[in-house]
Amino acid sequence: MDFDPVLLARLQFAFTIVFHIIFPSFTIGLSAYLATLGAIWLRTGNDRYHHLMQFWTRIFAVSFAMGVVSGIVLSYQFGTNWSRFSVVVGNVVGPLIGYEVLSAFFLEATFLGVLLFGFNRVPPWLYVLSAAIVAVGTAVSAFWILSANSWMQTPTGHQMSGGVAHPADWLAIVFNPSFPYRFAHMLNAAYLTTGFVVLAVGARYIVAGRHLEEGRTMLRMAIGLTAILAPLQLFIGDQHGLNTLQHQPIKIAAMEAHWDGSKPGDFHIFAWPDEVTGVNRFELSIPKAASLVLTHRMNGLFPGLNSVPASDRPPVKTVFFAFRIMLAIGFFMIASALFGAFLWWRGTLFETRWYLRVMSHCWWLGFVAVIAGWVVTESGRQPWVAQGILRTADATSPVPSATIAGTLALFVLAYGVVFWFGIYYINRLIAQGPHKPSAEPVPFSPSPISAAQDAGREAMQR
Amino acid sequence: MEWYLPLIWAALIGTAVFMYVLLDGFDLGIGILFPTARTESERDQMTRTIAPYWDGNETWLVLGGAGLFVAFPKAYSIIMPAFYLPVIVMLLSLVFRGVAFEFRHVSYSKTGWNIAFNVGSTLASFCQGVILGGLIQGVAVRDGAFSGGSFDWATPFAFLCGLSLIAGYALLGVTWLAMKTEGPVAQRARGQAKVLLLAVLVCMAAVSLWTPLSQSRIADRWFTLPNFYFLWPVPLVTALTAYLAWRWIENGREVPPFLATMALFLLGFLGLVISNFPYLVPPSLTVWDTAAAPASQIFMLLGTLLLLPIILGYVAFIYWLFRGKVREGESYH
Repeated sequence: MDFDPVLLARLQFAFTIVFHIIFPSFTIGLSAYLATLGAIWLRTGNDRYHHLMQFWTRIFAVSFAMGVVSGIVLSYQFGTNWSRFSVVVGNVVGPLIGYEVLSAFFLEATFLGVLLFGFNRVPPWLYVLSAAIVAVGTAVSAFWILSANSWMQTPTGHQMSGGVAHPADWLAIVFNPSFPYRFAHMLNAAYLTTGFVVLAVGARYIVAGRHLEEGRTMLRMAIGLTAILAPLQLFIGDQHGLNTLQHQPIKIAAMEAHWDGSKPGDFHIFAWPDEVTGVNRFELSIPKAASLVLTHRMNGLFPGLNSVPASDRPPVKTVFFAFRIMLAIGFFMIASALFGAFLWWRGTLFETRWYLRVMSHCWWLGFVAVIAGWVVTESGRQPWVAQGILRTADATSPVPSATIAGTLALFVLAYGVVFWFGIYYINRLIAQGPHKPSAEPVPFSPSPISAAQDAGREAMQR
Repeated sequence: MEWYLPLIWAALIGTAVFMYVLLDGFDLGIGILFPTARTESERDQMTRTIAPYWDGNETWLVLGGAGLFVAFPKAYSIIMPAFYLPVIVMLLSLVFRGVAFEFRHVSYSKTGWNIAFNVGSTLASFCQGVILGGLIQGVAVRDGAFSGGSFDWATPFAFLCGLSLIAGYALLGVTWLAMKTEGPVAQRARGQAKVLLLAVLVCMAAVSLWTPLSQSRIADRWFTLPNFYFLWPVPLVTALTAYLAWRWIENGREVPPFLATMALFLLGFLGLVISNFPYLVPPSLTVWDTAAAPASQIFMLLGTLLLLPIILGYVAFIYWLFRGKVREGESYH
């Protein structure tokens, strides 16, 4: 076999990391939702929130397990597939990942145990606190891994010596120029993704006429959240784009399929970027709209793809189309969330069946948008793995193509099986719906606080 | 300081790997023993003893891998490509083992995930042993990069190490079950413990003899003077621990056999360190050759000194929280 080992290594990594990101996108938001439900339950004593928390915890358990096991793979792939990367930037990127393990992974993994199995052993406040700790842990994990990724996009605070990056200023490394934007964008994306899953499940129950009370609560909470976060995401994304223009202008040029930097940029609603001739075919464009967004002036200029040699350009089609998918989903999310809020305000949210029916099928929106966004930013960085420091082609391991191809096939097979069953089980849990009050003793009585404390103490002593 | 830092880091990573071997060892051991359970409710009881912990236990493996990346990027960049296939097969096995916990709970038919749990645990253990054995045998390095082939690790010695680790984890698993369960599962575990202890001793003896015979540098380390004066107690203490473990198992003690098994692992680990120190990538690269920039090691060390005690604190808390025996028929979540 004479496949290019770099291409195979990239395919393998792209496959494993796309598979992985699906689960954090969901569990970061879902753990925060669990903690919120728990907090409302503790405050109001309303059991509906407790049932919802238990229901979503079951789904969380399945999703989190898939996220954990696929994440461990990644921490080893830096070495198996990208050993030159490990050597050249290990001094800088390594500690960021080390901090992720120490400050987040243990926290999440341990308190997940309390959340899943501790209900009858800890007082209610500690049970809910565990959910909050898991939520914080997932966000802290995102903080570190996005810091590491952002450093690869916009490296600062290091010095090169002997072809290897050495840390000079840790604050500048951790808070590198693109990090605040990328972190805000991804964290918000994770909450939005979960928001739309909850929205879809709530809508599904109401359309089916089952679990109406729980469905309404889910719907209200999800619409309240997404109506704020979806427009906010547009603003964060815009800011992120301006930051990228400043630090990675060629990535922006690829996102907009903007070839000639001497003219203002149009926004192409559709185009077929031809990378051989350096022009777009079948353009459908809003004139100068890209310039307006990026430079805030109709005739503002920004660098085009032609300003660098073809060997320094990212794969234009991939970046261009992935960006459009993300944008389209983003605008649809804004519209549907705001329309939902409007219906809620009018008081017809639960009766507008066509809206609920559409939304009940929209659970996947966030996942696809997150993946598309990552394709934009990761493909847009090419041909670099660490911008300006190391090219992807120079970052690989001394492993033959056949070995990488064989393990890629194993990954596809194994992840295919796990993913199929995971989705199937999650769908079945959703179809079963929130259980009514369980038969087992619940060590919590809502109204008198002292009774709750007694029950909690008893649970601790058991 | 530049001389001490790599030593401190080698000790920290050694600790993380050892924690992983102990803690995930009994998890994997339970997976290895899964086919010996008679009923589904016995299997539920077995997984219930580790369900709250397994995720945290597996995190030590991430810490070991990430720690190597942080503190010894050059070693990480050689070891991972050298053991590409066993590493990836191990990771995929852990994927199936991990999801099986949750999947067998939500699935109507548990058979498929029981098999995934058993095969995943067994294969992951075997691969870990193979990687260890391959590392002892040495890795081909040229110009600071791995220069061997994809199957260099596949030797009889590495396979013996793989089987040894399966036996060792299974022993950790049965002594854990004897301690944490009641009824038929605990009774059977006590019976299995004796057989497995014998198997582990045979494996330890075989590996301990084979290593110095095949690696002259390791023979020199143990059998030259004055080293021999200091090192002869290691095998003696091992033999004594094994004797005590046997006695305790025979007398039906609950906690001591588990502790003795952990001690056996500690002694085996000590033997490895004595044999290979200061090499991180035997036989060519030492901890100093492969160390990260001192600024990186210091930055991470500060975080580790701050966070590791906190981690150990809440890990201890969760073991305390779920203390006591697990009975048959208790619910899962």
